[in-house]
Amino acid sequence: MVAYLGLKEVWRNKGRFFLFSLVIALIAILVLFTAGLGEGLASANKEYLEKLDAELLTFQSDTGYSTIESRIEFRKVNRIRRLPGVADAGPIAFSNVKLVLDNGPEPMDVSFIGVEPGRPGAPPAVVGDDLRSKSAKVVLIDRRVAEDAGVGVGDFITIKSTQGTDDELYSLRVTGITGGQQFFFRPSIFVSLPVWDLYRPKADPGAYSSQPAVNVIAIRADNPAAIATIPATISAVLDDLETTDIKTAYESSPGYSAQQSTLNTIKGFTFLIGTLVIGGFFQIQTLQKIPQIGMLKAIGTPNRVVAAASILQIVFVTVFGVLIGGIVTFGLTLGMPSGVPILFTGTSILIATLSLLLIGPIGGMVSIRMALKVEPLSALGM
Amino acid sequence: MIQETIIETDLVTKIYDSNGLTVKAVDEVSIGVKAGEFVGLVGPSGSGKTTMLAMLATLLRETAGKMLIDGQDLSSMSDKQRTKFRREKIGFTFQANNLVPYLTALENVELMLRLNKNNGGKSRARAKELLARLGLEDRLDNLPAQLSGGQQQRVAIARSLIHNPSVVLADEPTANLDTERANQVVRIFADLIHEEQRAGIMVTHDLRMTKYVDKVIQMVDGRIARVITDRADINLLAGTSEFDRLDRSAPNKSKDLIFPQAPPLRVPVPTFGGAD
Repeated sequence: MVAYLGLKEVWRNKGRFFLFSLVIALIAILVLFTAGLGEGLASANKEYLEKLDAELLTFQSDTGYSTIESRIEFRKVNRIRRLPGVADAGPIAFSNVKLVLDNGPEPMDVSFIGVEPGRPGAPPAVVGDDLRSKSAKVVLIDRRVAEDAGVGVGDFITIKSTQGTDDELYSLRVTGITGGQQFFFRPSIFVSLPVWDLYRPKADPGAYSSQPAVNVIAIRADNPAAIATIPATISAVLDDLETTDIKTAYESSPGYSAQQSTLNTIKGFTFLIGTLVIGGFFQIQTLQKIPQIGMLKAIGTPNRVVAAASILQIVFVTVFGVLIGGIVTFGLTLGMPSGVPILFTGTSILIATLSLLLIGPIGGMVSIRMALKVEPLSALGM
Repeated sequence: MIQETIIETDLVTKIYDSNGLTVKAVDEVSIGVKAGEFVGLVGPSGSGKTTMLAMLATLLRETAGKMLIDGQDLSSMSDKQRTKFRREKIGFTFQANNLVPYLTALENVELMLRLNKNNGGKSRARAKELLARLGLEDRLDNLPAQLSGGQQQRVAIARSLIHNPSVVLADEPTANLDTERANQVVRIFADLIHEEQRAGIMVTHDLRMTKYVDKVIQMVDGRIARVITDRADINLLAGTSEFDRLDRSAPNKSKDLIFPQAPPLRVPVPTFGGAD
């Protein structure tokens, strides 16, 4: 009976309900894109840090957890490794270079990251080998670099780095390929710290150290309880350092929170608009149907049938709209250039979709309440 | 032929209490309607006839008195029981907004069967027969918007009878119809009530329509002012002459003569030629 009443009405008013589903589809597209963009931008910012085999990051004090501003002497890594609760610590140094492509016209901007092989911060290879040697001129590359540059394990890549005032080209052999490891909106390539210091862009071409100053130190705790105590332990011994968890670290990167809160505001407003639009539509529709609802109740239709038929319609229209929106969004992403930072991970899409499916029933609550309150007596004009 | 009393009210009173103002809409009304009896409830606006109908329809609770339909005491029923009672025991025709706009004529009639979970093939056939009987065999698949006012009311009549209710109630069923359509609708309504042995009550402003009823109850200020059972008196009220009545070959004083062999439902007797 519920399906009969609810769906017959949709079927006999196909045009109206379809148009309304399209409105929901547009809202769904907007929400899914905003969610994907938020996820993509966040990932471009934090992907490397988020995937670190470490729980904590140590920065130079008073730098606001800025990976660029922070400078730490290399020898402090060893001090930290000996502290209680610390399983291991790995120095990480960041820089940027350009990757010169044989086949591509434009050099590619990449994050040039120096790590200590086998220590936290050195990512695992998914194809080929991890970094092993401190001195070999080999590189571990982000899979995006591998895809975009068309290089594989054993190939050589050429990086362009400014030494003093001259651009220099250096060749590195690809030893392995990592998963996605973007850092600060660039795909990353990893070398050992001595190689990093040798090839990183610098003002003084002669400067070189096998143990250069690094930007941050990634720390792995030897037990979960130690995570909370390590920051204080480090500060006690090395008072010019401060330590925080990975999440705080990437949330402190420049623009991260501003960007995410902007996108969340857009998403929130879109949800609100969606809820109000659906609420308004069904409310107007219920208002128009009041005499009919009164008649249905007068001839003995139970209240729950009336309400359930309404809910069914709302759910049907919402699901249909979100489905169209999802298909269109999926289609659009297929045609999207790879540079657009949109990422549809399982969770972000799932949460956005579930929220979209909820705005129907939430928006429709007023109309259902309205339908429930119609007195069967109204059929007699009383 | 002794007929069972279906509707029985005993000193039913309805008092409205709004803003400290007490209005006695229905004042100690006692009526009885037998199976196969069609009663016209008439009276000026505010006389309490619609309130009376609403109480009989279990849409409104009486303040005092007793109401029995089919031997069941209405006042002892919960709201849920009343809803069930309405869909099982009562057939309804309203002044307007009778039909669900997105259901066809046949579906509107079947709706009542679906509500009662009785929509098998047999019931569907009966719905079609009933609509054919009402001259709507060509209109089964039309939506209400594609039907004239008279046709819509006839669909409503079919719906009010399809589930074999004990009681059939009509609230101003002809208010939106012209005289010819009104006559058609009420005449067939009366015929079906008689044939199917339902207890029928029609509230109407239009005294002319009383010529089809067996008994007129006239209400004034919430009370029964007059009960007219004599055919001549009813016709006088309806403003019809004996001649008109004979011409129509209908009424009721000697019911068994007028309806010697009440035609079974399957035989479509009066048809209205669809183009209403």
